[in-house]
Amino acid sequence: MLQINNLVVEIEGKRILNGLDLSVKAGEVAAIMGPNGSGKSTLSYVIAGKEEYEVLDGEILVDGENILELEPNERAARGVFLAFQYPLEIPGVSTMTFLKAIMNAQRKAREEAELTTPEFMKRVKAAAQELHIDQEMLRRGLNVGFSGGEKKRMEILQMALLEPRFCILDETDSGLDIDALKIVAEGVNTLRDPARAFLVITHYQRLLNHIVPDTVHVMANGRIVRSGGKELALELEASGYADYREQAA
Amino acid sequence: MAEITPIRTAAEVALVERFEDLKDKLPGSGEIARGRDEAFALIAAAGLPNRRVEEWKYTDLRSAVREAAPLAERPADAAALVDKGRAFAKVDAVRLSFANGHLVAERSDLAALPAGVTVTPLAAALAEGHPLLAEMGKVAVAKGNFALALNSAFMMDGALIKVAAGTAVDKALHLRFVNGGASPFATAPRIVILVEDGASVTVHESHEGVGTAAYQANSVVEIVAGNGTTITHARLNAEQADAIALSTLAVTLGAEAKLTSLGAVTGGSLSRHQVFLAFAGEHSSLTLGGATMLRGRQHADTTLVVDHAVPHCDSRELFKTVIDGEATGVFQGKIIVRPDAQKTDGRMMSAALLLSETATMNNKPELEIFADDVQCAHGATCGELDDDLLFYLTARGLPRAVAEALLVQAFLGEALELVEDEAVREELVARAEGWLGERT
Repeated sequence: MLQINNLVVEIEGKRILNGLDLSVKAGEVAAIMGPNGSGKSTLSYVIAGKEEYEVLDGEILVDGENILELEPNERAARGVFLAFQYPLEIPGVSTMTFLKAIMNAQRKAREEAELTTPEFMKRVKAAAQELHIDQEMLRRGLNVGFSGGEKKRMEILQMALLEPRFCILDETDSGLDIDALKIVAEGVNTLRDPARAFLVITHYQRLLNHIVPDTVHVMANGRIVRSGGKELALELEASGYADYREQAA
Repeated sequence: MAEITPIRTAAEVALVERFEDLKDKLPGSGEIARGRDEAFALIAAAGLPNRRVEEWKYTDLRSAVREAAPLAERPADAAALVDKGRAFAKVDAVRLSFANGHLVAERSDLAALPAGVTVTPLAAALAEGHPLLAEMGKVAVAKGNFALALNSAFMMDGALIKVAAGTAVDKALHLRFVNGGASPFATAPRIVILVEDGASVTVHESHEGVGTAAYQANSVVEIVAGNGTTITHARLNAEQADAIALSTLAVTLGAEAKLTSLGAVTGGSLSRHQVFLAFAGEHSSLTLGGATMLRGRQHADTTLVVDHAVPHCDSRELFKTVIDGEATGVFQGKIIVRPDAQKTDGRMMSAALLLSETATMNNKPELEIFADDVQCAHGATCGELDDDLLFYLTARGLPRAVAEALLVQAFLGEALELVEDEAVREELVARAEGWLGERT
């Protein structure tokens, strides 16, 4: 589903990704682990299409199509979803208004009919209930005054409603207590599907106890330096990233 | 010492000639005529305000006004002109309509006014020397202001409105100004609203341009509010794109009174809306706000002077300006807290959003505080749309233009949401959406 070949990326003249190769199949949950500064978040932003990164070489193929020339919204319409590490607050835009706008924008891009209000409400209600999000939160400005855990749940709610085919979770566990982590992980697990792939970016192994990956990749100095099964995460938890830092340097 | 003769622009020379020509034909004699002379003497002495005049530093009328347009006569097709107006059409209200500044009786609900409300056409009131004329010009901090003086010299029609003591007017009054013509003209309508003790009233004011020639509008609304009054005011500037539009709201607020005045500006090549407000009684509160949307080479100025002369009054100001193209926004807000005005609570905010690299905003908040037990704060911001927010929205599937529009709407919404009347609020929000929809 996702194939990244020799990706080289700079920001403000500083090289962050250094010939990165990665492949994720449909139905797979791939984890990317690595020390701070290894380029994990950059990778997620570049896949989603953030402007300020300069791609010097390589390609990102989604179902065989190179998405690097596409706008972020065009990538979203093709099923790419990035759950942000730090979801943004948008005062003055109610969460409901926002959810309806993004769902219909993607439907429009795919030439599907807009959702009727009752259908929209039904879907939001069901998804919100699953993630323990109460109606009052949905009436507030998007993410305004939400706790860290609430913001992350709101990201997963959007993921559930948009039904993306390729989901990136960028440090979704950061700032979550164990209860919030479990809710978020459950939300993700219910979305696991043979047609859907996940890229779970995390610094710690903790999240992977709850979202069990099929593959684990270790990233250092802007490239994947080791790949393995879920047991690799446990090994890293025990040994730390020190070896990889040295290797990268 | 040699007398210095200032150099007059063509417009200034023409303005003097027009006044000399017209002064005997304008309604009113005796004291009223003397009032016109006094007002015009200010203009003749100082000329058009320009960037050397502090209050007009950012809005240079001397360079903007090339010609002084002739004062509009009552249009022959006044009713037809008014019918072209669309503003607040869906808002349930009693209407007073003005065509190029002249009251149009056949499009005004003069026979169906709510109980406790009386309306006298200004031209008739000036001719007969109506007692309510004494309510004009009461706001000290507005004295000597160019736009107000110009209106006082040339005012040709308008209305004197009285809301009787204790009346809660059950229907909004809509002052509907429709301007249009085939050749240039100037307007000078004047509205005086006396709200007696304990009365409450809602006033909507709309200004639209529907003609082909550029015009120069200069409207003045004066509100004299007694004790225990509540006044809710909303204003729309949808003037013609090539119009120069000056407008003034001058208010005296009694004790335990409440005034809210909110508005939206989308029209005019150059506009300036001035609010002069004097607190004349204790425990009163004021909310002023607005949303201004500019593009092309538009210039819009909002200038406020809030005079806290008495203790225990609150004032809140929230103005939002969105500027695209090569347009220029101006916000000047002055809060004066006089020595006796202890326990004043004043908060003023002006925020601007620049949508292009050639957009300009001039923010000038001023606090003049002479009392020592007060709370006053002001803020002014000026920025662009946040790239991170735009990325967040586009990454969720919104096309860039839609994401920008959503953020601009959210920005303006904070000011527009203060409008209490639902129908008015919906129209202003819809106009903001329409404005965004026209962005290319």
